[in-house]
Amino acid sequence: MTRIFVVLIVALAVIALAQLMRIYQLSSKVRNKKEEEISDTDNRLNASLMLVSLFSFFGFVIWQIVSYGPYMLPEAASEHGADIDQLFSFNWALLFTVFFAVHTVLFVFAYKYHYRPGTKAYYYPHNNKLEFIWTIVPSVVLAGVIIFGLITWNKIQKATGDGAITIELYSKQFDWTARYSGTDNQLGKANYLLVSGTNPLGIISDHSIAERLAEMEESIDSKERKLQSILPDDQADEIEHSIKTTQRLRARVLDIQTKNAGLKSGMDDKVVKGEFHIPVGTEVEFLFRSQDVIHSAYMPHFRLQMNSIPGDVTRFVMKPTITTSEMRLKLNNPDFNYVLMCNKVCGAAHYNMQMDVIVDSPEDYKKWLDEQKPFIAETINEEQIETKQLADN
Amino acid sequence: MSSVAEAHAHAHTGHTETFVSKYVFSMDHKMISKQFLITAVFMAVVGMMLSIFFRLQLGWDGESFAILNAFLGDRWAPGGVLDKNMYLSLVTIHGTIMVFFVLTGGLSGTFSNLLIPLQIGARDMASGFLNMLSYWFFFVSSVIMFLSLFLESGAASGGWTIYPPLSALPQAMPGSGAGMTWWLISMALFIVSSLLGSLNYIVTILNLRTKGMKMTRLPLTMWAFLITAIIGVLSFPVLFSAVLLLIMDRTMGTAFYLSDIIIAGEVLEQTGGSPILYEHLFWFLGHPEVYIVLLPALGITSEVISTNARKPIFGYRAMIGSLVAIGFLSFIVWGHHMFVSGMSPFLGSVFVFTTLLIAIPSAVKTFNYLTTLWRGNIVYTPAMLFSIGLVSTFVSGGLTGIILADSALDINVHDTYFVVGHFHIVMGLSAIFGMFAGVYHWFPKMFGRMMNTKMGYLHFWLTLIAGYGVFFPMHFLGLAGAPRRYYSYSDYPMFDNFVDLNQLVTLFAILGGIAQVVFLFNFFNSIFKGQKAPLNPWKSNTLEWTTPVEHMHGNWPGKIPEVHRWPYDYSKPGIEEDFVPQTVPLAPGEEEH
Repeated sequence: MTRIFVVLIVALAVIALAQLMRIYQLSSKVRNKKEEEISDTDNRLNASLMLVSLFSFFGFVIWQIVSYGPYMLPEAASEHGADIDQLFSFNWALLFTVFFAVHTVLFVFAYKYHYRPGTKAYYYPHNNKLEFIWTIVPSVVLAGVIIFGLITWNKIQKATGDGAITIELYSKQFDWTARYSGTDNQLGKANYLLVSGTNPLGIISDHSIAERLAEMEESIDSKERKLQSILPDDQADEIEHSIKTTQRLRARVLDIQTKNAGLKSGMDDKVVKGEFHIPVGTEVEFLFRSQDVIHSAYMPHFRLQMNSIPGDVTRFVMKPTITTSEMRLKLNNPDFNYVLMCNKVCGAAHYNMQMDVIVDSPEDYKKWLDEQKPFIAETINEEQIETKQLADN
Repeated sequence: MSSVAEAHAHAHTGHTETFVSKYVFSMDHKMISKQFLITAVFMAVVGMMLSIFFRLQLGWDGESFAILNAFLGDRWAPGGVLDKNMYLSLVTIHGTIMVFFVLTGGLSGTFSNLLIPLQIGARDMASGFLNMLSYWFFFVSSVIMFLSLFLESGAASGGWTIYPPLSALPQAMPGSGAGMTWWLISMALFIVSSLLGSLNYIVTILNLRTKGMKMTRLPLTMWAFLITAIIGVLSFPVLFSAVLLLIMDRTMGTAFYLSDIIIAGEVLEQTGGSPILYEHLFWFLGHPEVYIVLLPALGITSEVISTNARKPIFGYRAMIGSLVAIGFLSFIVWGHHMFVSGMSPFLGSVFVFTTLLIAIPSAVKTFNYLTTLWRGNIVYTPAMLFSIGLVSTFVSGGLTGIILADSALDINVHDTYFVVGHFHIVMGLSAIFGMFAGVYHWFPKMFGRMMNTKMGYLHFWLTLIAGYGVFFPMHFLGLAGAPRRYYSYSDYPMFDNFVDLNQLVTLFAILGGIAQVVFLFNFFNSIFKGQKAPLNPWKSNTLEWTTPVEHMHGNWPGKIPEVHRWPYDYSKPGIEEDFVPQTVPLAPGEEEH
């Protein structure tokens, strides 16, 4: 029904327009009006509209600054964020000056110099001095922009992360997982081949390797058993192919095993979901890894963004300066939370791939971290439960 | 007419033409340019409609719209609510269509084809056959891109930049299946089209100029198209290789872009590749592409502004110099799209430097435009309005580019709505304004009829209001931290203050759509019913206005005119008329310029 209405309305509108056009064309024929001859009235009208658009455009811009300016660039909650905001302010001052100045000139010229019959334009093909000036002046200004910008950039990038708390943020469609080092203050090595339900980040340990190998062998065995039965050719091919793939992957896991035998550094790592905490006033080094596609860790309040790339580790160092509870007081909003968002399109639920970030006082942070269980312990617990269940059966 | 010239003219018009050779497989540059334009207009309508569909969702999150259901059906808009995967497909195909099919194929294809032979004084393009192939590759690739919207698993949906692994793995999202395959095939054909066209443009401009048409007497349109074509020839092959490697990763089990991936529960064997390689290859085209889109628009505007201000373009040589400088710099700035990709911070600094350098030739161009208007005698044709609009959007959008070029600032606004606002103003609006200026200005040359001026005015003012209304507020959204390509913002309390602004943007987008209906009506109506065009409607100096209104093969009956002066002798002192066509010899003692 709606479809018919839409079609009907469009059709009627087109017919109405066509009729209007015909009237216009017939009347211009009578008045001997030619399209290429722009009348004085039209020139004056458009010239005045140029002036009107100057004021309404500026009005529109100023209205937006007044009503939405307060929400743009929410207060920076990190040390380098304050530097970035300073750089922003410097650039705004420059940009708005140029923006208002050039537009004023443009629209005023457009208004003032509209066609006047009987007059001629001023023949002014070039002026080397003038052109030289407006090459040099922007160059000098830009030199300032570049220098100030690069000083800030280098300051941000120079942070070494020595003595910082290292936290890994692991991304996959469509959630984040955080990992903290345990008592040894060192994140354990990880490999994607070891990722499983109980080891979501693929942390390397004798236990996780053995578990994975067992799983792979089991899968190969079951597939080989399947091959014993009578199958259509294409299915048999598929299963054989999948056995070969698993065998190749298994060879790679065996390689990990020989290279990392006895590795313990990952055993006490803490794996956290839902929200993660960081202490105020302490440098935090984030390491980013991805399991599937490119994601991007974006925390606008901390002026932090870094892509997270499969097969690679990226990093960003920052120092939070305002705790969550302080910010809640400042904003007078008890529900406020810092947020980590995904900012590289990664699939249908991209828009909701988020995690809350809590900035604690150092004491609260320590308390919270102590409450988190080391990940291996958790796995073993689960295994014990499973064994128990098997025994019960 | 001398007998030789008569024989010549005869040779060009004498053979019989069938419908197919005249309208379909034509090798005449004027017909090919019309074919490009009509195809681009169709694609633009599609692109615009897609954007209104997803703007409805962004303005009124999760609400039901009968129109969405009417167009997208129960599969992609069940109950009138846009599907999440379809949302991403719409965004992706909107971007692809607008950037490549409308503003590259449509803008360059239409006006390079129409104007190059006419403005340099040539009978046709250097190779009419390659020119025809260029259009038909474009046509087929347009058809494939359009039809991909109707695939059962949906069109490509990883954003127009199609970063792998998302685009390489069919398991990653439905759009990465058949939709992505179609996208890649379409783009491969598009690149072939673009290369055939560009090579032809370069060869024609360099070799087929008429007597007296020195490079320093070329209209700025020609310079802009020449540099655009050179940029295209040097950068599109790189995209082709990126696309080829992606196809191999998708179908042959290679690992150029893939490493250590588990997708949909499946552990992939590929290891050692890097998606960052793809980003480098893509943006090596992707950034020059911005200028492939923008330079023709700047060329057209230079011509239109000078003609309608009745005044020579100020600083002709500086205008050429800045075109060349922008063209050169465009090749060494691609890394500014990758500041937060984990690229070496030092390399980032280098790209900050080179990127900000582009502001200098851009500033020169802006000031030269302003000076051209100063003490001019401005005739407000619709083309002139759009050209002045372009200067405005070029400034507004260019300035925010300074923020994005600054790596430290980019950290916080990268991939947010700030970027969306920026490039839609500087590249989208500017280029489309340039394209409209070109259509209004050269419509009489293309179709032998005039467009309706009054409707042109209405079209311009509505488009200007809608354009700024849509894209200016986006900067504020971005600065508040709103990421682009989000289906919904409702789960983030920090964006609650922007709900009404998002609705305002959508309303302006709809207004923009209505404005284009005015244009479409005027365009098609004028093709058939417009007033007959005179020989030189805008009292312009360039050569195309010396050709007969009725199109003919070979463009000029008799000899090709000789050129004696630059194209910008408007309001020259000592001459009664306010224009002097390029074919008029210099008076004794008259200085060229």
